[in-house]
Formats: sequence, C-alpha cells, structure tokens
Amino acid sequence: MTETQAAAEAVSTTRPTLLEARDLHVEFASRGRRARAVDGVNLAIGAGEIVALVGESGCGKTTLARTLLGLERPTSGEVRYGGNVLDYRSKALKAYRRQVQLVLQDPMGSLNPRQTVYEAVAEGPRIHGLPDEREVVTTALSRAGLRPPDRFFLRYPHELSGGQRQRVVIAGALALDPKVLIADEPVASLDASVRGEILALLLRLRADLGLSALVVTHDLGLAWNIADRVAVMYLGRIVESGPVEQVLTAPRHPYTQALMSVLPESPERVVLTGEPPDPTRIPGGCRFHARCQVLASGKAAEAGVDGKCRSELLQILPAVPEAQAACHYAALSQPGA
Amino acid sequence: MSLLELDDVSVIYRIASGEVPAVRGVSLSLDSGAALGVAGESGSGKSTLAMALLRLLPRDARVGGRILLDGEDVLTMKWGRMRAVRWAEASIVFQGAQHGLNPVRRVGDQIAEPLLVHNLAKPDAARKRVAELLEQVGLPAWRARSYPHELSGGQRQRVMIAMALACSPRLIIADEPTTALDVMVQAQVLTLIKELVAEHGISLIMISHDLSVLADVCDQLAVMYAGRVVEHGPSHEVFHDARHPYSRALAAAFPTVGDPVSRLAPKGLGGDPPDPMQLPTGCSFHPRCPVALDECATMDVELWAAGAGRTAACVHVQEAS
Ligand SMILES: Nc1ncnc2c1ncn2[C@@H]1O[C@H](COP(=O)(O)OP(=O)(O)OP(=O)(O)O)[C@@H](O)[C@H]1O
Ligand SMILES: Nc1ncnc2c1ncn2[C@@H]1O[C@H](COP(=O)(O)OP(=O)(O)O)[C@@H](O)[C@H]1O
Ligand code: SF4
Ligand code: SF4
Ligand SMILES: [Mg+2]
Ligand SMILES: [Mg+2]
Repeated sequence: MTETQAAAEAVSTTRPTLLEARDLHVEFASRGRRARAVDGVNLAIGAGEIVALVGESGCGKTTLARTLLGLERPTSGEVRYGGNVLDYRSKALKAYRRQVQLVLQDPMGSLNPRQTVYEAVAEGPRIHGLPDEREVVTTALSRAGLRPPDRFFLRYPHELSGGQRQRVVIAGALALDPKVLIADEPVASLDASVRGEILALLLRLRADLGLSALVVTHDLGLAWNIADRVAVMYLGRIVESGPVEQVLTAPRHPYTQALMSVLPESPERVVLTGEPPDPTRIPGGCRFHARCQVLASGKAAEAGVDGKCRSELLQILPAVPEAQAACHYAALSQPGA
Repeated sequence: MSLLELDDVSVIYRIASGEVPAVRGVSLSLDSGAALGVAGESGSGKSTLAMALLRLLPRDARVGGRILLDGEDVLTMKWGRMRAVRWAEASIVFQGAQHGLNPVRRVGDQIAEPLLVHNLAKPDAARKRVAELLEQVGLPAWRARSYPHELSGGQRQRVMIAMALACSPRLIIADEPTTALDVMVQAQVLTLIKELVAEHGISLIMISHDLSVLADVCDQLAVMYAGRVVEHGPSHEVFHDARHPYSRALAAAFPTVGDPVSRLAPKGLGGDPPDPMQLPTGCSFHPRCPVALDECATMDVELWAAGAGRTAACVHVQEAS
C-alpha cells in the first residue's frame, strides 16, 4: 500500500488535477459476502479534461462514479476535489454537488413525465436557491442546444425526441454551472444518428466553458470520439490507463486487447467466455487470470510469468497521465512499468 | 429460390388522432440461408415491419401488399396455418424480450413450452431437446433449472434465442438482439447468431440501429427511413460506401477506433426524426439532408439503381446513372 500512496502523492497531470480518487475502496454486503465493487482505484481528472472510464457490465464503473459524486461513501481511501478531501457533512456536500454534476443514462427514466422542461431544469437552481431562475434556465437550455429555449419551456418529456430529452437532462446539470460532469452511459439509449450530436455537445461544453468530464461507458468508440484519456476497469480496479491514442491503438493489457478485438471489423476476435466476474470472489494473483487469453494460450508461460499471473498480486496503478498497464506480461516489454 | 418475398408492404396504425403510416411500400426478398439486416433510427418502422411478417400486429393496424413465405401468402393465411408457421417455420426474438421471461418459472420449462403446447414432443423428449438447445446457444444443460434472475443479461438473451430455435424454424427474426448489452456480451451473442446462420442454414432478419453490427453479421442490408427502404445492397458496400446521405450518417455514427478522421470529432445527424403523421413533402429526408437540392422538397424519390445489386432513394444517385 505504501508504494501506492507514494505514487498517488506524485500525481502530475499535464492539466492541474481537479477531481481525484486516491486508493479508493467501496464495498457492499451482498448475500452475506463482501462485494469489493471498487477495489483500489487511483484516478485523476484534470481541469478541462475528458476521461472515459470503460469496462464490462458489473466491473464497478457506476459505483466509482457515484463515489466520486459523494453519493456513496468509500470504505477506505478518499475523494479529493480541488486538492481538498471530500467533506461528507450535508452542507459541504450540497456545495460540492453544484460543482460536480451527474448526467444519467436513461433520459426517460431520469425525467419526471409530469414535469415540463422548464420545471425539470429549474429544479436544481431552486434547491440551491440561485437568483434569476428564468435566466439560468434559458442559458442552460441554450447551452445544451435546445434553441430557442423558450420554445421548450412548456413541453413535456413525451413530446420530445430521445436526443432532446438527453439534452434536457444535460441542461439540468448545466443550470448549476458545474466544473465537472460525470456522465454514465450518456448515449447508450440513443439512436446512432443522435449519438454524435450529444457527444459533440459535450466537446463543445468543454471548449466553451472549460468543463471537465468523466464519461462512463462500455463503448470504446465513444472514448475515441471524445476523450483525452481512458481508464479501463476490470473487477473493481483500473488495469490500464493513458492517452486515448496510445491505449486504443496499442493496448497492452490483455483485457483491453480483448475488448478492442470484439469491435466490429477487427481481424481476430478474442471473445472472453466464462461467467461474468463476481466482486465477491476476486481471484488471487492477477484478477483477470481465469479469463486471460495470453495466459491460456501459453504465451505467459513462454515468457516465464505464468506463475506470477496465478499468484502474485499486481500493484495498484498510480494516477499518472502516461500510458500504463497492470499486467506481469506487459511489464516485460516495458521495464519499470 | 427466395424464402421470403415482400412486395409493396405497408402498415398503417389507426389511432384516435388519425392514421400513422409506419411502413410505406417496402419490397425486399430473402434467400434461404441468407441474412438480411434492417437498419434505421427509432420510429423508422423496423419493428412494425418485423411484426407484420408474422401477423403479430395489433388489430387496429392495417397491412397492405403481399408477404410470401415459401410462396404462401402470410396475409391471407388461415389462423391455424399462421400459428403453425409461427412455430415451425419462422420465429422472432423481440427487442428487449429478455426482460419478458417469466420470473417465477425455470428457463428450461419456458423453452420446452412451445414443444409441449404444440404436441411436438413428450415431456421426456422435450427435456432432452431443451438440453440440446441450451448447448447450442452456449449454456450448460444444468442452466435449465435456473430462474431468469439468476442469469446475466447476455445469458437471458441466449435463452430467448434457444426459445426461438425450439421448433427448428427456417427463419429467425431478431429485433435489436444486442442493444443494451455490453460489448463482450454483445460479441458472444453475435458470434452465436453467426454460427446459427453459417452452420445450421437458418435464414435471418436482424434489426438494429447499429450499421457496424449488421454489416458484421448480414450479407445484405436495407436502411429504412420514415417507413421506407431508402438504400439496399450488399452489407459491406452499404456500410463502407453508402449512396444515400442518411445511410452515410448512420455509418459514420459509430467510429472506427484508430481512424484519425473521427478522433475528437463525433459525427451525428442534426434535426429530429420525422413525425409519421406529418411527413415532409418530396424526399422525407430533405429537412435533415446535408446535400439536399431545391427540388428535393417537392419531387418524388424512389429506389433507383445505384450500382451492381444496389439501390438508393436519392436524387443524386439518379443523376449519377
Ligand atoms: N448497493 C449495492 N449492493 C451490493 N452490490 C452492489 C451494489 N451496487 C453495486 N453492487 C455490485 O458491485 C459491482 C459493480 O457494480 P456497478 O454498478 O458499479 O457496475 P458497472 O460497471 O456500472 O456496470 P454496468 O456497465 O452494467 O452499468 C456489481 O457486481 C454489482 O452487483
Ligand atoms: N401500436 C402502435 N400504435 C400506433 N402507432 C405505433 C404503434 N407501434 C408503433 N407505432 C408507430 O409506428 C412508427 C414505427 O414504429 P416501430 O416499428 O416501432 O419503429 P422502430 O422499430 O423502427 O423503432 C412509429 O412512429 C411508432 O410511433
Ligand atoms: S498478469 Fe498474466 S493473467 Fe494477468 S492479464 Fe497479464 S498476462 Fe494475463
Ligand atoms: S433526395 Fe435530396 S433530400 Fe433526399 S436524400 Fe437525396 S439529396 Fe437528400
Ligand atoms: Mg453502470
Ligand atoms: Mg423497434
């Protein structure tokens, strides 16, 4: 653990770090067992930076996102915002939630069907007692690309298209003038044609307002489309991270390689089989070893690391911007990693 | 010979405020053992078309045109014959249906049900068949005893496919079989569907809004917009070199990771999908079309030839030929 801590102290993103997870652990009780949903994560999001968090269903992405938002308390480790450890007293937390806003995945589920667009967007500003409500709502709708804004004030969600509903959800977050958006699968329930429009909106918000974003997704194309950096999560831990161009064109962790290989049109597929990973039973050694194609194919044995794969724990990756992977086999080709 | 032949098929839903023309004159055909992909955004009529093929639409829907399955007209078939066709010849895996499994019955019993109901097997034989089917979709036979909540989303989707295969149909219609599944599970389900087509000679109609997924599984692709097919052709050609501007927008929406052109440059399509009750005049796509000409607002477009085995409903295609 001390090594991790030391590395975490040495965080150096090219942009100043705004939001950070340090050695974060989040556990749940699940049928009498401990589910280690987030099991040691270091992650830093710089000011004006867009980071994509990718990984398969159940790997802990949403739990990590909720913990960064202060909606879930870490079992150990800490969340830091602007250099300060998150304060969980209600008043401080309320102020924090203005800075870091959640954008939910399903616009149908997160909008109240009986609330007009105006009421939906005005809700946050009212809770926080902001002045000039009408002005705030107008600006937020316009920034979210619903123009002219007053034409949308009195509409109900069912009168909007899926893309427009997602924009209303984004406007609701923008109304509080946040510094960071945490978007959980922002386009998963949207049509292909609308998807690009919403992603372009996130990029525009970053350019115009300097917003940072953590985008949670299992869609690698989305990361390629909008993120500066990507962090790949497997069973509660980040197993590879770095600049998008590097990680997604030359992935080094076998899990990232498998994820990339199942994209349509990739030449050789590695379709992982086996049961979906279970956070109440995290395997010893490398947590991916039971499904790892590099170990199964004998390549790890050839390189003499198969024993380590099965029994030696990997170090928790520090929150550095450079490309890195937590894998005994990958470490051979990059000494010191 | 074609297994399925659609000739000028139309579907109109009648609702309190008027008529909704959901499918407007679709002609397509599917050869035995082939896979056809149907793409288009939500509301373009894909599911309506799929349900029309097996007459699963609500009573207030009016269907026109001809649908020939193995030369027999589905629309004029007697009900008894229709029911037999639904089990023995063609079956459908519905959009989001994995949520529709009965939560309090073991999945094995649910898979066996059509066999027992249609007297196609005695209980013992049905149990054996269930084990075979589960294996065919990549689940161990003991999973027959599981309840739906004990399975992951991908495993439930496999159970749905096993149900569709139960009576050995020749045609499977899969409506968005992988939407909302994560990438690895999607890959597992798509691999399974491809095997069924390649190794068991089953014909497939697959519906999705993701052109890259369809291009991966299907030989032919039809792109629908506002109830019409606007482009049709071999799937790789339609995906990589679309002739209709709407197909081009769909193809660009899912970037190729590693392609510098799409890096930090997501591509979408502005504007809203058309309201079927108030369709634009001329080419229905003209209000959103990036390459529209003045005449597009008034002239009638139809599927014109657009290269070998290809058609597209765009004035630019007609000019080129
Ligand atoms: N409140 C809870 N109690 C018990 N277990 C939980 C709880 N919340 C999450 N988990 C478990 O923690 C793990 C991580 O869940 P999480 O929702 O973070 O995954 P995810 O990566 O967001 O998945 P998806 O892509 O499906 O949204 C899962 O195994 C989940 O079942
Ligand atoms: N039962 C119904 N009653 C009235 N309109 C319907 C019904 N089902 C679908 N529609 C309408 O028909 C059009 C096509 O819908 P659908 O076939 O579900 O499209 P897709 O599957 O391509 O998303 C849409 O405008 C939809 O609102
Ligand atoms: S450490 Fe070994 S088992 Fe783990 S990902 Fe690397 S090669 Fe595979
Ligand atoms: S006919 Fe005109 S409006 Fe329609 S797709 Fe072609 S160019 Fe665009
Ligand atoms: Mg989640
Ligand atoms: Mg549908």
